Amino acid sequence: MQKLFLKKGISRKSAYNLRNPKDDEFERHTLAILVDNESGVLARVIGLFSGRGYNIDSLTVAEVDHSGNLSRITIVTSGTPSVIEQIKAQLARMVPVHDVHDLTTEGESVERELALFKVFAKGEKRVESLRLADVFRAKVVDSTLVSFTFELTGTPEKIDAFADLMVPLGLKEIARTGVAALSRG
Amino acid sequence: MSNYMSGAQIVVEALLEHKVDTVFGYPGGAVLPIYDEIFKQKKIKHVLVRHEQAAIHAAEGYSRSTGKPGVALVTSGPGATNSVTGLTDALMDSIPIIVLTGQVPTFMIGNDAFQEADTVGITRPCTKHNWLVKDTNLLGKIIHEAFYVSTNGRPGPVLVDIPKDVQFASGNYTKKKDFLPKRYSPKIKPDNDLILKAVKAFENAKKPIIYSGGGVINSGDNASTLLRELVNKSNFPITSTLMGLGCYPASKKNWIGMLGMHGTYEANMAMHDCDFMFCIGARFDDRITGKTDEFSPNSTKIHIDIDPSSINKNILVDIGIVGDIDISLQTFLKLWKKRGAKTSLNKSWWKQIDDWKGINCLSYKKSEKSIKPQYAIQRLEELTKDLDRYVSTEVGQHQMWAAQFMGFEEPKRWMTSGGLGTMGYGFPASIGIQLAHPKSLVINVAGEASWLMNMQELGTAVQYNLPVKQFILNNERLGMVRQWQELLHGGRYSHSWSDALPDFVKLAEAYGIKGICCDDPDKLDDAILEMLDYDGPVIFDCLVEKHENCFPMIPSGKAHNEMILSAEEPEQEIGKSGAVLV
Repeated sequence: MQKLFLKKGISRKSAYNLRNPKDDEFERHTLAILVDNESGVLARVIGLFSGRGYNIDSLTVAEVDHSGNLSRITIVTSGTPSVIEQIKAQLARMVPVHDVHDLTTEGESVERELALFKVFAKGEKRVESLRLADVFRAKVVDSTLVSFTFELTGTPEKIDAFADLMVPLGLKEIARTGVAALSRG
Repeated sequence: MSNYMSGAQIVVEALLEHKVDTVFGYPGGAVLPIYDEIFKQKKIKHVLVRHEQAAIHAAEGYSRSTGKPGVALVTSGPGATNSVTGLTDALMDSIPIIVLTGQVPTFMIGNDAFQEADTVGITRPCTKHNWLVKDTNLLGKIIHEAFYVSTNGRPGPVLVDIPKDVQFASGNYTKKKDFLPKRYSPKIKPDNDLILKAVKAFENAKKPIIYSGGGVINSGDNASTLLRELVNKSNFPITSTLMGLGCYPASKKNWIGMLGMHGTYEANMAMHDCDFMFCIGARFDDRITGKTDEFSPNSTKIHIDIDPSSINKNILVDIGIVGDIDISLQTFLKLWKKRGAKTSLNKSWWKQIDDWKGINCLSYKKSEKSIKPQYAIQRLEELTKDLDRYVSTEVGQHQMWAAQFMGFEEPKRWMTSGGLGTMGYGFPASIGIQLAHPKSLVINVAGEASWLMNMQELGTAVQYNLPVKQFILNNERLGMVRQWQELLHGGRYSHSWSDALPDFVKLAEAYGIKGICCDDPDKLDDAILEMLDYDGPVIFDCLVEKHENCFPMIPSGKAHNEMILSAEEPEQEIGKSGAVLV
């Protein structure tokens, strides 16, 4: 058979050039997914994420419409823009999924998370933890002679910041709900 | 008839309402009530397979060759887990099938009961959707929904898991006409402004290619008719994926062969060098694209697909149109014709393609002494192409040779496992096809290793006297694995041959059917004619050249314009990044 002599790399324009140059940058997106409240629906959604190798940074789910039998899943995920587009398309084609909203790109949105912090401290540290809780508008929901449990609501960043401050003061345990989010207006 | 009946009666009633004439299945404890109802009626033919995986592949073959959904019925536990490979196969190739599984009674679920498995849990990632029915009153509605979901939008497999107590209990049957699909409503109508953009790009294409796929076949026969009109009126060259063979006739001059890893040189070069690519119902699979960042670098790409998640998944396109192929092509053709049916096709483009064709990429060294596998397929093609013929294949070299050397003039004539690459698909699929088309010639082009994976289906073929022709290219090797070991692993043939193959002729005799063995190229034609003349199942053991490689080939990690055409070429190094790919 006749041999071929093909010039390597004859293409001037690689398909890479067609891609969004920002494509390699990870973006964080908050997705609100309205689903039928039926057994297995959460497993379907998280199975999609694990099966296709997508990230879940935070996840909350609860029924939001009892008569309509609907649940709302809020997922904070991260990935390149094309991965985020894939995630949305893959979610949208699932049979029990009614709607997928990308709260990060569809206008402004508000995000809140609730967290409980258990802090063991004595003396000056105990007073300082209470003072900082006041600054962050955290509530004391339980106290013993050696500990406080604070309740704090806010953006994930605010909760991170409060947790960082509490670590040297004796933070022993945190429980976070994950993000709940709604578009504004 | 009253609407109040047992769950098992509801199953049969619902299948009848959906005009199901054939069910492939295997009974077991948890589906006995349904089998009892099947026993009591005559309208649905139940076909007893010999393994549940085969029931699913047979349903796939039935579905792919008719355009109607296939139905399988299996028991709980092992019955359900055996169906997983078939379900995944159908999911990857978008084949609509409905699988009904038995389940232990609701009050025993979760107790590790005998033959219990978490069927909906296990099959969640390998079905389009699945349901566990806990109330007989919902059973009818769920079966209707299963048919609706399976056949609407991008087709796929669905599974309904029915506990035994739900089959026994009585409930109200929701008739098909009373069922309203409440939520799943895939977009089938394309956006008109996107179609307009696509038409404009189409009109300006100088070096175009139409790249079609299995979606055209799934969309229905009219989609193939429209595709033919589009190609014939525009005179654009057309290629197709493995799954799309037959949507455009292979005998027509615009057909340039299959593309992809073992596609023709002209199809892959045209994909690489084109300035306009019209992807219709295909999904830029890795077997098609090769190295994605050197994939068709200078083309405007248009993609029509019913599944939004297929668009921009592997390759970014310029215009992505979500819609049914049939409806989209209707809209496209109407608009294009209204605007004058113009094209800007460069005359030199066809000249270039003809030059590529001149390479004669499918040529191979003929042999007087032994049967070359390509020669065997060529002779089979020559002797059967004018017959009313359906072809299924297993997976491997023989599959690629069949795709290269057989020509299909109509859709739904070629059944193969494309996405999942399931060895053992072809034999049970041929059984499903033959049941759907009792008078037609059904050939399964097989390799001996694949074929052995579901050889138990000989029992099924014999029991129902299905004259399926098993055309086995026997090289006593796992040919494709061996080829990759030769190219990638220094010829260290680790476990890619069998030292214990059966005598296929005696195997046929053991089942009371015909076995033919041929190893002489001069006697091949007569042997094939003998196979065709025999009224009944035949195992044709075609002893072929053992170390033949399948060319042309795009090595892993290489681009379309870096094909290997023959073994004589200077060895191209496959780098580490290529070697990790499959």
